[in-house]
Amino acid sequence: MGKVIVVTSGKGGVGKTTSTAALGAALAQGGDKVVVVDFDVGLRNLDLVMGAERRVVYDLVNVIQGEAKLTQALIRDKRVETLYLLPASQTRDKDNLTPEGVEKVIAALKNAFDWVICDSPAGIERGATLAMRHADVAIVVTNPEVSSVRDSDRIIGLLDSKTLKAENGERMEKHLLLTRYDAARAERGDMLKVDDVLEILSIPLLGIIPESTDVLRASNVGAPVTLADNRCAPALAYFEAVRRLKGENLPVTIPGDKRSFLGKIFGRKAA
Amino acid sequence: MNLFRFFSRPQSAPAARERLQVLLAHERASTGDVDLINKLRDEILKAISKHMQVDDEKVTIKMERGAQVSTLAVDIEIPFDAGKKAA
Repeated sequence: MGKVIVVTSGKGGVGKTTSTAALGAALAQGGDKVVVVDFDVGLRNLDLVMGAERRVVYDLVNVIQGEAKLTQALIRDKRVETLYLLPASQTRDKDNLTPEGVEKVIAALKNAFDWVICDSPAGIERGATLAMRHADVAIVVTNPEVSSVRDSDRIIGLLDSKTLKAENGERMEKHLLLTRYDAARAERGDMLKVDDVLEILSIPLLGIIPESTDVLRASNVGAPVTLADNRCAPALAYFEAVRRLKGENLPVTIPGDKRSFLGKIFGRKAA
Repeated sequence: MNLFRFFSRPQSAPAARERLQVLLAHERASTGDVDLINKLRDEILKAISKHMQVDDEKVTIKMERGAQVSTLAVDIEIPFDAGKKAA
């Protein structure tokens, strides 16, 4: 029986889709069977970040409406054999996502995969609440920036009240993934520090992903950053996050600490 | 090694530009909620199911959208006695 993870944030543009793709690919690169599911009906983008945008035949809404079988809608990654994508619909309305339909699809995916990673849309509306509803674990993606932290706090509240786990009186496992972190700016006092964010949100830290041009490069070519360049700083940070997700007790390092411009060129591996 | 990598890496922006152009050309061309390739997919399946019972599990559909040409591959396993069942 697989584990269901929701990648959520409240705020848009903080790196949910990038992180879903990177974490999913990293897990699959380790041999696990993974499916990444796009819940952003109407504004899908996971297909684009995964490089599968030209291969979408059927989508999540087709499966829920009974117009296609789940196996027909799943797109197998061309680079990693055990990685699959279930795209969202680009043309349908998000009202086509029914709670019963989503429940059925998630149950079927849980049976077939080790990890089911749901990429939540921004906001706190239907799409977002349905994406988190069946999760066993939540990854809250946050930027070290005031509005993102505030929205994450709101999402944490929803995770503790609107999910099946919460309704059954169970505790939802939540992890913080701090993205677009710039150690130099935090050091100068121009950016919230890791400890500031942790103190405010008080959920355990899964990883810190450094602000990096490698992330944009990867999405340009349609590859999760862990596949585009598995030795770049953000990829290493995602690989570490995945080890923690699997239960390993690995201390979190702050990436890119005290690096000069030359250090960036010559010492990329040190990040 | 790292220095070499830094200078030798090809630009990624042209790839992004090209991918977006192909994708958006398809999305803008689609009127209402179905575009041509989706319509073809549905009608091919409908036509086939008129003549035989189509087992959903035995149908594989693959699509590859390109700038000039898109391909739609429908792979259907037809059982020996398929015609009789539908009749």
